[in-house]
Amino acid sequence: MADHILLRHRDIPDLDQLEVYLEHGGFEAFKQAVTGMTPQEVIDVVKASGLRGRGGAGFPAGVKWGFLAPGVFPRYVVANADESEPGTFKDREILERNPYQFLEGVAICSYAAQANTAYVYCRGEFWDLAHELEHKIDALHEAGLLGEGIFSTDYSLKIHIHLGAGAYICGEETALLDSMEGKLGQPRLRPPFPAAQGLFAKPTVVNNVETLTNLPPILNRGADWYRSIGTEKSAGPKVFCLSGCVARPGNYELPLGTPFRQLIFEHGGGIPGGRSIKAILPAGASAPLLPATDEVLDTPMDYESVPKIGSQLGSASIIVIDETVNIAWLVHKTTRFFEHESCGKCTPCREGTYWMHHLLQRIERGEADLEDIDLLEAVARGMQGKCLCALGEFAIMPVISGIQHFRADFEARVRNGR
Amino acid sequence: MLAEKYSSEIESILAKYPDDRKRSAVLPLMYLAQCEYGSVTLEAMIEIADLLDIDVTQVASLIGFYTLLWDRPGGKYRIQICTDLPCALQGAEEFAHQLCEKLGIQLGGTTPDGMISVEGVMCLAACNGAPMFQVQGPDGIQYHERQTVESALALIDELRKRDDSG
Amino acid sequence: MTKSLVTLTIDGIEVSVPEGTLIVDAAKKVGIDIPVFCYHPKLHPVGMCRMCLVEIGRPARDRSTGEPIFDEDGQQVIHFGPNLETSCTTPVGEGWVIRVNSEKAREGRKQIVEYLLTSHPLDCPICDKGGECPLQNLTMEHGPGTSRFLFDEKIDLDKHVPLGELIFLDRERCIQCARCVRFQEEVVDDPVLGFTNRGRRLEIITSSDPGFDSYFSGNTTDICPVGALTTADFRFGARPWELNRAASICPHCPVGCNLTLNTRREARAEGRDVIKRVMPRQNEHVNEIWICDKGRFAHHFASSIERLTKPMVRVNGDLVQVGWDEALVRATEGLKDALGRSKGGLVGIAGGRASNEDLYVFRRFIEGLDGHTVLDDNLAGGDLTREMGVGRGTDLGQIGPGDVILVIASDLHEEAPIWWLRLKQAVERGAELIVANARATRLDRYAAHIIRYPYRRAVQTALGLLHAVTKRADLSPFVGDKSLQKVAKLFMKAENAIIFYGREGLDYKASEALAQACASLLTSTDHVGRANNGLIAVWPRVNTQGAWDMGLQPIPSGLGEILEQASAVYVMASDPVADDASLETLLREDTFLVVQELFMTPTAELADVVFPARSFIEREGTYTSGEHRVQRFYPAVLPLGGTKSDWRIVTSLANAMGIELNFPSAAAVMLAIAESVPNYSDLTYQALTIAESQWPHVGGESLYFGGNAFKNSQGLGVQVGPAAEPGEPSEVALTMPVEESEEDGLLLVPITRLYDRGTTVLPSKVLHPRLERLHIELNPKDASHLGVIDGAQVEFRMNGKRFQLPARLVATVPEGIALMPRSLGVSVVNPIPVQISSVE
Ligand SMILES: Cc1cc2nc3c(=O)[nH]c(=O)nc-3n(C[C@H](O)[C@H](O)[C@H](O)COP(=O)(O)O)c2cc1C
Ligand code: SF4
Ligand code: FES
Repeated sequence: MADHILLRHRDIPDLDQLEVYLEHGGFEAFKQAVTGMTPQEVIDVVKASGLRGRGGAGFPAGVKWGFLAPGVFPRYVVANADESEPGTFKDREILERNPYQFLEGVAICSYAAQANTAYVYCRGEFWDLAHELEHKIDALHEAGLLGEGIFSTDYSLKIHIHLGAGAYICGEETALLDSMEGKLGQPRLRPPFPAAQGLFAKPTVVNNVETLTNLPPILNRGADWYRSIGTEKSAGPKVFCLSGCVARPGNYELPLGTPFRQLIFEHGGGIPGGRSIKAILPAGASAPLLPATDEVLDTPMDYESVPKIGSQLGSASIIVIDETVNIAWLVHKTTRFFEHESCGKCTPCREGTYWMHHLLQRIERGEADLEDIDLLEAVARGMQGKCLCALGEFAIMPVISGIQHFRADFEARVRNGR
Repeated sequence: MLAEKYSSEIESILAKYPDDRKRSAVLPLMYLAQCEYGSVTLEAMIEIADLLDIDVTQVASLIGFYTLLWDRPGGKYRIQICTDLPCALQGAEEFAHQLCEKLGIQLGGTTPDGMISVEGVMCLAACNGAPMFQVQGPDGIQYHERQTVESALALIDELRKRDDSG
Repeated sequence: MTKSLVTLTIDGIEVSVPEGTLIVDAAKKVGIDIPVFCYHPKLHPVGMCRMCLVEIGRPARDRSTGEPIFDEDGQQVIHFGPNLETSCTTPVGEGWVIRVNSEKAREGRKQIVEYLLTSHPLDCPICDKGGECPLQNLTMEHGPGTSRFLFDEKIDLDKHVPLGELIFLDRERCIQCARCVRFQEEVVDDPVLGFTNRGRRLEIITSSDPGFDSYFSGNTTDICPVGALTTADFRFGARPWELNRAASICPHCPVGCNLTLNTRREARAEGRDVIKRVMPRQNEHVNEIWICDKGRFAHHFASSIERLTKPMVRVNGDLVQVGWDEALVRATEGLKDALGRSKGGLVGIAGGRASNEDLYVFRRFIEGLDGHTVLDDNLAGGDLTREMGVGRGTDLGQIGPGDVILVIASDLHEEAPIWWLRLKQAVERGAELIVANARATRLDRYAAHIIRYPYRRAVQTALGLLHAVTKRADLSPFVGDKSLQKVAKLFMKAENAIIFYGREGLDYKASEALAQACASLLTSTDHVGRANNGLIAVWPRVNTQGAWDMGLQPIPSGLGEILEQASAVYVMASDPVADDASLETLLREDTFLVVQELFMTPTAELADVVFPARSFIEREGTYTSGEHRVQRFYPAVLPLGGTKSDWRIVTSLANAMGIELNFPSAAAVMLAIAESVPNYSDLTYQALTIAESQWPHVGGESLYFGGNAFKNSQGLGVQVGPAAEPGEPSEVALTMPVEESEEDGLLLVPITRLYDRGTTVLPSKVLHPRLERLHIELNPKDASHLGVIDGAQVEFRMNGKRFQLPARLVATVPEGIALMPRSLGVSVVNPIPVQISSVE
C-alpha cells in the first residue's frame, strides 16, 4: 500500500507530536463532526463506511453505537487497549507512534455517542505508554481540543487513561468494565450489553484501539472512499500482526481481503532457513489452526473468507508455524496460556483449561498414553458451547484443530517423549 | 501513609471517576503503594480500602487476580520475559534459560542480593521484538525488545548501579 | 403492578408464569428440578457454574416479516439453537419449549459435574455436608459413573482454613459458585468475602479484621452447596442424618426468627439430648431463610452445666437443694406468712423472656393473691403497640415503592439484625427509609433521610414531626427545620407507613412519650389498623410484646418504690438485681422472695425459694414477636433434671395457695388466653401450626435450590391484629417532655451490642472471641479535653460506686456523650450524667 492510513507515522516522521499531527490535517475530522454534524450523522457515516470492529469479533461499529440505550445519560466510551492476545501487537504501535489519530478517533466516537467522558483501558504492562498518553491528552487540553466547550460549541469531553494490571480476560469487554469498576475482571452476564448498561451501569461503547483509529480518515475522506478499500463485506485497511517462524515479523497495514500468502511471503519475507511452512494460526491463540495448504494460503484475510476454511480472522494476528514445530508442543503452549488466563468464573473453562493443560503436560513429558489424546479431545469438546464467555471457547480451538490436522504429532510425542 | 506523601496524586486519580464510583481508583492506588513499598502491604490495603470506602477484602482479592500486583516483595526489579508462543518460536525459552543460568537462579527465582527476579510471562504484545522482557520495578514497567543475554546482563548491571547510587 | 403471564412448555408440561420469571424457577413451580449450584433464588443470577444447562426452543419467525412459521400440520415451528443455555439466567418467553431431560441436556450437565469433580476431594464419608450435599446428590443423579481424571493428580489444598473464628473453609471442597461471596455482598452488604487468584486457583479469602466480620456469616454455611463452609460450632459435630429436629423460635430478640434445632443424644452429655446446631426455618414473613449469628451460635446457655436442676430453699441463711414437694410447701408457707403480715402485699416481677403461657398464668396467680404484677423492662409503649401495632397481614418483605419506614432511637443492626436486613431490602425494593438517632448507625446508609438529634431530644424531634403533620398549636414549641417538614410530607403521602421506635438514650418515661408521639403520628396520617402500617417497638426481649398483651407492664418510676412496700416478691424469668444492684438491700430485708430461674442469678442468690425452670428448648410455648406474630416453639430435648416449665411451677404453687389454675397443657393455657385477651381471640395451637407453601421452595429433595434452611411444616404463626380500626384515628394522649437542665460532665448513655456478655450469650464459648469487651466510647474531642487516648483507662462514679474501664475513641459518638454497651459488666439502665476522668 502506498500511503498508510492507520500506521501513518511510517510515512510522516514525528507524527506523535501534536504540531506535526495538526499540520497533517489532525483534528479536522473531529472539528467537522462537532461543528458541522449531529451525533446521528456521524453514526450514519460510520455505518455507511462498513467499518467493523478490529478487536476480534468484527461487529459493525456504527451499528453497535446505534444500540446505545436512548435517552440515558451519562454515557461512556471506553477504548479497549488491553491488547493481550498472543501474537497481537498492533494497538501498541498505534498508541506509541500514532497516538493523536487514535485519540481523535476516541473523541469522534465520544461525540457520536454523546459521551462527555472517555476512558482508555490500557493493559497494565503498557505502563510507560500509558503515562506518555497522559501527556498527549494534557497537550490536547492545552490546545483546547479537549475539555469544556470544544470548538466554541457546548460539547465537552475528557479522556482518562486507566491502567489494568495484568489479565488477558480484561480484554473481553464486560470483564474490562468490571475491572474498571475496581473489581476482579471477570466477564458479566449478557444481556444487558454494554450499550444498555456498561460502565457504572450506564450506556457504554467499547471499541478496539484500531477500530477507533479508523474514524478520522473515514470522516475526512468519506464512507465511499473507505468502502473502496478491502472487500465488499470487510471494508477498509487492517493492520496484520505477523509473528512466529517468519523472516520479517511485524505489523503490516494491508487492505482486508489480502491473501495469507501475500502477507507471509511478500511482506513477511517467508520462512527463514529455507524451511517450509506447516501451519498458521490466523488469530493468535484464539482460533483453529490451519494446515498451510495452497487453499489456505490463497484465502483472502477477511471476516467472511477465513471462517469458510474453518477458522477466524479475529484480531488478525497471524502466527506462522514451520515444519520444525511439533503441534502438540504448540497446543501445549496455547493451552498453558488459557489455563493461566482463565478467570475461573465458569466451571467448564476453569476446570477444562486446567485439565487440558494437565493432559498436555503429560503428553509433553512423554508420560501419556494414546488414549490421553482422545481424552484431551473429549475434554475440549465437553467445554464447547458451555462457557460463560468466549475465552473458554477460544481455548479449545487449537486443541481440537491441532488433533484433527496433526494427530501424528501428538502420537509421536506420546511414543517418543521429547 | 500514602495519603500524606501522595495527596495530590491521589486527588488526581480520584478525580478521574464519578464521586460515587471511587472504587474504580483501586488499581491506580495499589500501583502507588507498590511503587512505594515494593509490594502492596496490608497497611496499604487498609488505607486504600478506607480511602475508597470499601472492604479490605475487596482490595486484597485483586492481588491474586492481576499478575502485576504483589503482596510480598520479590526482587526489587522483576525481569519478566515473554515466553509465550510467538516469542517461544523465536527462541525466548532458550533466552530465559540462559539468562537464568548466568544469574545462577531458576526461572521464577530471585538473585541472592534481592535485586533481580526473573519470571516467564504471557504475551506482552511485542512479538516482533522477541526475545523481549519487561522490567517491573519502583519506576513502573519498561519494555526491552530484541534482547540478547549480553544486553540483558548489561541492563541488570545498570539497574544494580542505579540502586547503589540512588 | 401485576405482570402479564407467559406460557411455555417444559418437558411436555405447559406452565404459565409471570413475565420475567427465570426458566429454572418456572420449572421448579411445576415440580421439575433443574440442578443448580451458583443459582440461588435469593441471589441475582450469575450463570457461572453452568450446571443448569437446558435446551431452549424458541418459536421460529420469518426473517423478513417477523411472523411465526408453521409446519404442514399447522404446528408452530420451534427452533433449537446449537448450544445448551443456562436456565438460571434466562427469563421465560411466550411459546418456548424447554427440554430439561433430553439426552443432550443431560449429557451437558453430566459433563459439568465431571469437571467439578476433577478438583473435588471426594471425602464425602467425613464431610459435614455428607447426606445433605447438593454436589453429592447431583453426582448420584447426573454425574458420570467414573471419573476420567486421575485422582492422584488433584491439587491438594488447605482443608482447615479459619475464615475468622466462626466459619471454616475447606478449599478443596469449594466449587467456586460464589454463593457465599454474593450473599455477603448482595444480601447483607458485608462484602468481607472475596475471590482471589483466577482459573483453577480461584479461592475464597477474607481480609477483614476479625476475619469474616459479619453478623450473618452462618447463613453462608447453609447456602454453600458443598461442605466447603462449616461453622466452628458444628464442624465435625455430627452427621446430618443422625440428627433429630424440632421447630423453635429464636429467644434473643423481638424479631422471632423461626428455627429448627438439630439435636442428638450424646455420651459426652451423659446420654442427654443436646443441641448440635441451630438452623433457620423458612418463614418468608419473618426471617425468610436467614438468621443472625447470635441466633445460630448463642444456644449453649440452654444446655449449660450451670443450669439449676433442683429446687432450693434457704436454711440457716444458705440455699440448699430439696425436693419439689418441700420447696412448694416452703414457698406456700412463706408466701402466706409474708402476706399475712400487715405490711405491703405481693409483687410479681416477670421478664420478656417468658412465654405467653407463663406470663398469663403468672398474672392470674399474682392477681389472685391481690398482688401486683410488674414487667421488668425499660421500654414503654406496649399498650400503644397493642392498639396501634402493625395490622394483620403485615410483611416487611412486601414493603416497597410508595411505603415509608421510620426508625427512631434504635440501632437495628445491633438490636434486631434481621429487621435491619428486611428494612435494607425494603429500601432496595423502593421503600423510603427515615432513620432518626442521636448518632450514626449502620442503617443510615440505606436512609433516604437521616434525622440527627441530640440525645435527650428524641421526643422533641418526634413531636416536631407530629407538628409538621397536624399543625397542632400546642406542639408549636417543637417546630422543626425544613428537613423535618420534608419527612412529614413523605409520611403524609405514604401508602403504607411503619414506625420502629427504640430506647436508645431514653429513660422509661421518655420512651413512653416517644411511643405516644409515634403512635399519634401514625394515627394522624391514617397509618394504623391495616396491613403494613403501624407501630413496632424494638423490645429488648423476645416476648416483651406478649407480656404487655398478657396484661403486664413496667412501673414508670422503677422497681424501688414498690419493692420497698412489698412483703413478698415473686420473680419469674427476670433478674432485676443484675440491672440495679441497689435493689439488693430491699430484697434482702424481711421480704419473702421466690425466684423461678435457669441460673443462679444475683436475684436468685437472695431468694428464700428457688425453682429450676425449663429453657425454651425443653418445653413448648408461644412468643409474640414485635410484629405481633404469635409463634409456637416445641420441645427439642428432654428436660433437664428436676426442672419444670414456668407456667407449671406457677400453677402448682397457685393451687397450693388455693387459687384454681388448672391447665393440663400449654395448649389449654392458650385457650384461656384466647378467651380473655381480645386480640388473641382466634388463637389455638392448631391455628399456629398452619404452614402454607412458601416460595422459594427449600429443603426436600432439591437441597441445591434453596440451601439447607429447613422447610417450615410446623407453622408460620398467626399475626394478631391491633385493636385500632383503620380510618378512625383514636386520640393518643401526649406527654410533653420537660426540658432537662444541662449538667456538667458527660452524659453516659447505654447502648445495645449484639454480642454482649449476658447470661444467654456467655455460655456459648464459640462466640467468645467476638464478644464485646467492657469499655466506654468517647468522642475524640471530649477525650482530648480529658487527656484520654484510645485504649486508656478512665474512671467515673455512679450511684456511689467507682468504675474504672478502658476508653475507645469513636468519631461517631456525639460530643458530650459517653456510650456504654449494656450487659458487659457495668449496669446502666438509664442515661446518667457522669464525671469522667483519666486514670494516671
Ligand atoms: C477473551 C477475550 C479477550 C479479548 N481481548 C481483547 C483485546 O485485548 N482487545 C480488544 O480490543 N478486544 C478484545 N476482545 C474483544 C472485546 O470483547 C470486544 O469485542 C472489543 O473490544 C470490541 O471492540 P471492536 O468492536 O472495536 O472490536 C476480547 C474478547 C475476548 C472474549
Ligand atoms: S465456599 Fe461454598 S458457597 Fe463459597 S464459592 Fe465455595 S462452594 Fe460456593
Ligand atoms: S449457571 Fe445456572 S445454576 Fe449456575
